[in-house]
Amino acid sequence: MIDPRGPRFAAALTTLVLAAALLTGSVWLLAFQVAVFALTWATPIAPYGLLYRHLLRPRLGPPAELEDARPPRFAQLVGLLVTGAGLVLAVAGVPWAVEAGAGLGLVAAFLNAAFGLCLGCELYLLARRTHLAH
Amino acid sequence: MWWVKVIVGGPLDSDHVGRESGGGGGCLTYVDQFSVRVGLLVLLVAAAVAVGVWRRRTDGRARAVAGGDVLDAAALRAPLGSRATLVQFSTDFCQPCKAAHRVLAREADRTPGVAHVEVDAADRDDLVRRFGVRRTPTLLVLDPGGRVVGRAGGVPDPGDIRAALAEAGIR
Repeated sequence: MIDPRGPRFAAALTTLVLAAALLTGSVWLLAFQVAVFALTWATPIAPYGLLYRHLLRPRLGPPAELEDARPPRFAQLVGLLVTGAGLVLAVAGVPWAVEAGAGLGLVAAFLNAAFGLCLGCELYLLARRTHLAH
Repeated sequence: MWWVKVIVGGPLDSDHVGRESGGGGGCLTYVDQFSVRVGLLVLLVAAAVAVGVWRRRTDGRARAVAGGDVLDAAALRAPLGSRATLVQFSTDFCQPCKAAHRVLAREADRTPGVAHVEVDAADRDDLVRRFGVRRTPTLLVLDPGGRVVGRAGGVPDPGDIRAALAEAGIR
């Protein structure tokens, strides 16, 4: 169980990074976000979560409620797949791949940050039913 | 940053006219490319805002269902309310489901004859498939015979629940 404000803060940072990647077409910025998604999904190290915990959380105080970590974690996997695909295509030389990958990731991250709507989390139920996640 | 220099210096600088950027921008100049990117960003954010606003408006809104399927006590594995049943589909990892539970339990408590039944979507895949439950929480409002007369996705609004019950003839 985690503080639900952590993933939302992470989504806000993700939005900024992917917006910068989109505006500059920078493969490196996209790669950075792909790395963050990969770390957060697959390891106990969540870079944006650590920033939240050390910078924001002390100023905010405890959360009113906790949420299950599994859906937000699955959402990181969805982000990883989308931006990772963009990165692979970009490295392969496909034009506008950085912008496409960053753009799609940006929409999902922005929806989460601004509206609290976590698309990946909503997919988690479907993934559970089709045994793509556990 | 190169794009600041180009914007400030002017796009018709002879150094930049006709030069391609490495990302395969074709024959677009740096500034044209940047304008496309900005336009794309604006478009994407606008689309996201539209989706967010739409979702906020439809979330938790109970809509009446005509000609709904029947979910009887046997299939539900719980007794139906004498006047209505509020069936909530939940999952254990779903945080809004707890809020939905509070709202629905309160409505059931304050309205005689209305029962609140919570269904674990993970356990009852048969019901999930039968009623096309795609997200949790999902609420099905049943009449005394178990016929589905209303439906809502997301945390239901208490006013909406009462309206849905009223439409089914229950106050």
